[in-house]
Amino acid sequence: MSTEWTMVIGLEVHCELKTATKLFCGCPNAFGDEPNTNVCPNCLGLPGSLPVLNQRAVELAMAIGTALHCDIRPSTFHRKNYFYPDQAKDYQISQYDEPLNVDGYLDLPDGFRVGIERAHMEEDTGKTTHAGSSGRIHGADYSLVDYNRSGVPLVEIVSAPDIRTSDQARAYVTELRAVLVASGASDGKMEEGSMRVDANVSVRRGADAPFGTRCEIKNLNSVRSLGRAIEYEAQRQITLIESGESVVQQTRHWDESAGRTSALRSKEDAYDYRYFLEPDLVPLVPDAEWIQAVSDTLGMMPAERRARLAQLLTEAGGPSEAQVDQITTVVDLGLDDLVVEAVAAGVGTALALARTANEAATDAEAARVLDPKAYAELLTLEAQGSLSATQAKAVLADLLAAGGGDPAAIARDKGFEAMSEDSLAATVAEAVQTNPDEWSRFCEGDDKLAGFFTGLVMKATKGQANGKAVAAELRRLRG
Amino acid sequence: MSALGSAPRPALETAAMVRAGELSAVEVLEHHLATIEAHEDDVRAFTLVTPDEARTQARAVDAAVAKGEDPGPLAGVPIALKDNLCTRGLPTTCSSRILDGWRPPYDATVVTRLAAAGAVSVGKTNMDEFAMGSSTETSAIGPTRNPHDLTRVPGGSSGGSAAAVAAGFAPLALGSDTGGSIRQPAALCGVVGLKPTYGTVSRYGLVAFASSLDQIGPFAGTVADAALLFDVIGGHDPLDSTSLNRPTPRVLSVLDEGVDGMTIGVLAEYLDGVDPDVAARVHQAAEALAAAGARIEEISVPEVALGLSAYYLIAPGEASSNLARYDGVRYGLRVDAEDTAGMNTATRSAGFGAEVKRRIMLGTYVLSAGYMDAYYNQALKVRTKIIEGFDRAYAQCDLLLGPTTPTTAFALGAKTEDPLTMYLSDVCTIPTNLAGHPAISVPFGTGDDGLPIGVQLLGPALAEGDLLRGAAVVEAAAPPMAPPALTASLRGGSQENREGVS
Amino acid sequence: MAEPARLTREDVAHVASLARLALSDDELDTFTWQLAEVLDHAADVSSLDLDGVAPTAHAMAVTNVMRLDEPQVCLDRDEVLAAAPDVEDYRFKVPRILGEAP
Ligand SMILES: [Mg+2]
Ligand SMILES: [Zn+2]
Repeated sequence: MSTEWTMVIGLEVHCELKTATKLFCGCPNAFGDEPNTNVCPNCLGLPGSLPVLNQRAVELAMAIGTALHCDIRPSTFHRKNYFYPDQAKDYQISQYDEPLNVDGYLDLPDGFRVGIERAHMEEDTGKTTHAGSSGRIHGADYSLVDYNRSGVPLVEIVSAPDIRTSDQARAYVTELRAVLVASGASDGKMEEGSMRVDANVSVRRGADAPFGTRCEIKNLNSVRSLGRAIEYEAQRQITLIESGESVVQQTRHWDESAGRTSALRSKEDAYDYRYFLEPDLVPLVPDAEWIQAVSDTLGMMPAERRARLAQLLTEAGGPSEAQVDQITTVVDLGLDDLVVEAVAAGVGTALALARTANEAATDAEAARVLDPKAYAELLTLEAQGSLSATQAKAVLADLLAAGGGDPAAIARDKGFEAMSEDSLAATVAEAVQTNPDEWSRFCEGDDKLAGFFTGLVMKATKGQANGKAVAAELRRLRG
Repeated sequence: MSALGSAPRPALETAAMVRAGELSAVEVLEHHLATIEAHEDDVRAFTLVTPDEARTQARAVDAAVAKGEDPGPLAGVPIALKDNLCTRGLPTTCSSRILDGWRPPYDATVVTRLAAAGAVSVGKTNMDEFAMGSSTETSAIGPTRNPHDLTRVPGGSSGGSAAAVAAGFAPLALGSDTGGSIRQPAALCGVVGLKPTYGTVSRYGLVAFASSLDQIGPFAGTVADAALLFDVIGGHDPLDSTSLNRPTPRVLSVLDEGVDGMTIGVLAEYLDGVDPDVAARVHQAAEALAAAGARIEEISVPEVALGLSAYYLIAPGEASSNLARYDGVRYGLRVDAEDTAGMNTATRSAGFGAEVKRRIMLGTYVLSAGYMDAYYNQALKVRTKIIEGFDRAYAQCDLLLGPTTPTTAFALGAKTEDPLTMYLSDVCTIPTNLAGHPAISVPFGTGDDGLPIGVQLLGPALAEGDLLRGAAVVEAAAPPMAPPALTASLRGGSQENREGVS
Repeated sequence: MAEPARLTREDVAHVASLARLALSDDELDTFTWQLAEVLDHAADVSSLDLDGVAPTAHAMAVTNVMRLDEPQVCLDRDEVLAAAPDVEDYRFKVPRILGEAP
């Protein structure tokens, strides 16, 4: 019975820090520049070059530690020795046995807590392009190396093996990404490689059995791949065990197009990294004052932001299921401040939340810089019935494009004069007169027909009528 | 009247005369280039002589003086640079095939500071490959010879720099000292060599051998010149994280203060097993210090006996990592192969000499899984014990005195077959590096074979001032030593030029 | 501290491969006895009881050395690439790579 099988998952997330320069040199930390232009003696590994630690990178790493409720401790840097052409010095400088951040946790939106074992600093490698038929490492005729990314600051966040399902793994990465973005430490762009995930997966029978042998899956470039790879890998391990074989501790590669993992190397081939203390750097010893200063600059984390929105809905009996989703969307996109400010300006929470999650969210980048006053004014016009939903949407598009403006003026320019009550009444009356059967059924209590009449009015007014005003007029006529 | 043919002057005097407009930097340079021309084929101190660049620098110094500007404390003083110091646009080889043809795109901090002080670099000096050796015999271009006896080694690894100063090729040179690589060749070549406190001289642009031990320092003909050069190259550098951000001792100004009232310990362990003529010179130096008012005590620091073993675990460990970057990808030698790992291996196997390979493998071994604790980590603990031992000694006395090397210069080829024997020649210099302390070797007469002997003064961290005061006293009391025969012959050859001055 | 076993020819072959060095049989023999001799000499260190002694990696105690996050001028790309043994498309060219980074 495969139902008794459970998964044990631990995730290692590498995230690039949003600094101006690299971890150990003053070269720009930039994505997409011409190859080998952001390089210096240090990040090229030239003889005689020496590393000097970037203070901002340390502070962003401390911010991550703070956001993940870690202990921030005195730490040291080690050299991890291995040959690879993208590794300019043929060793990586990384925090090994004394990482900056230890023993934290991350709460998922559903309240599930995942332990954080450590979040340590290290440098990124250069980028290798494989030339030849396949464009991949296997079968390439030769490779080309660009060291622009060499030395870019990374924080590697290692979770405890607390995650039990692929959904939880996805939720963890999504939430962690939101925390990293909210802390200002990273832009969290998985597609540009600024956030990379490795998953350690094992299976066991029942929830209390000892952990099974784990495999580490590399090359997970999206939350979707992560979920698929974990499901595939767990099933592979279950099948192995059920057929009497055993799982071999391995590093495995996720092939997105084939939808499967394949072995890279086994534990027996484990590389001897010969870690030793980096003699070119000195210990990093953050004092309480510095830790506090970093913590003081930290904004609200996503969990707090979600709670803040939910709080606004308590009078209405708390958020509905749909609203929980809307809250998550709005917070993920960094648009919760828009909602809060609209509500403060008198807009109803449900409307502000819905419009932000559904309309403003379609261009989140523009919405994040939208003038919140203009946005609140627009929602007020809609709430008052001065603009229909359709009209409000059209005005919002203009506001987003311009970053702000006067919603009423835009509406006027578009010819969205709110329909006078007289002309609305005339249009509704016309619809009633031309459909006497439907009207009498409506009068007998068939409320569904309100939608039928509203549709006719909308058609007649090309969507300009305000739905609420139509409904009110219908109710008035019915008496 | 030209001063070209005058006997080699101390750097201090040359700089003063150039700054005063009494001597031209170009003339000073030409004199030294002529000396190099006459004797470099015998000595082979250089991997590269750069007369054109030197003439440009010297002319600039003279032009500055002519305009009434001060070119700096080393105005017009020729200097030779160990070939592990990065010089922008000029080959920097570490005497290794693997860096053949490499021209750094940047200058080491010390090179920048020398230029700013008005010094004129005459070239890059030969060394043991990647500074791994004690005789300059592991150089890929072959050994440097000791100017006092061309059949003997100059010591190492900064043998080229020591020989260059001894031969009169330049009054000053820079070397690097990881386990004695300045002091040991200074002693064998009869010149002054200072290994400064770790962190007082920036390592930025020094090609690393063992990062926690490497320190750049001066070679000079006199203690005062060594002090002058140290004052120029020392001081905090933000490009080196291990550079000390605190006032560096200024030493030139305190040189004359003597040793009256100081307590100087003669380090018993350093006299164990050294040649009797060397030991005799150490005692003679102690008497001179006593005569100058120092209290002399015999001191024992048993921990230093562990220094050699600890060093040959720590230094190769760090070196194995520092030298990984020579992989044929970005610069230097490449030997082609089917795949990248094969190319790395072919390149490194062809590019490194036997001693470098030996130390890389030793270092890889002591850092590898299963051996790290027994060797590397254990050696780091021994390092703690050695520091504690020195701390005990320095609670009792200001400086320590001992020989720099157990013997005078040995014959070329005498120790190349057995690495351990070669390593033992650094037994008196290594503990200083492990402790991060300063030490200086001062020429003090000759041995029974007529070859130079160096005595060593050791001090606690940042005690360069006391160290150089002691060195000045030792120098003043040193028995006379004939200059190298080749320098004498050049002087004889340029007799007519000398007449004009005297 | 228990003394480690004496260095063998296989050990030397293993570290040579870790260090990307190819050794001939003769070299392997020579290096094995030479390195074993050095390690035997180091027995005075490896056999000491130093439990409780803190290791010293940096002789001078310095902490928190950092620089500001301000961009510096980078190297000229042409100069950088001119030093490279092989270049294509402004990148460093290497022969095919067998296997991903360890
Ligand atoms: Mg990592
Ligand atoms: Zn750089």
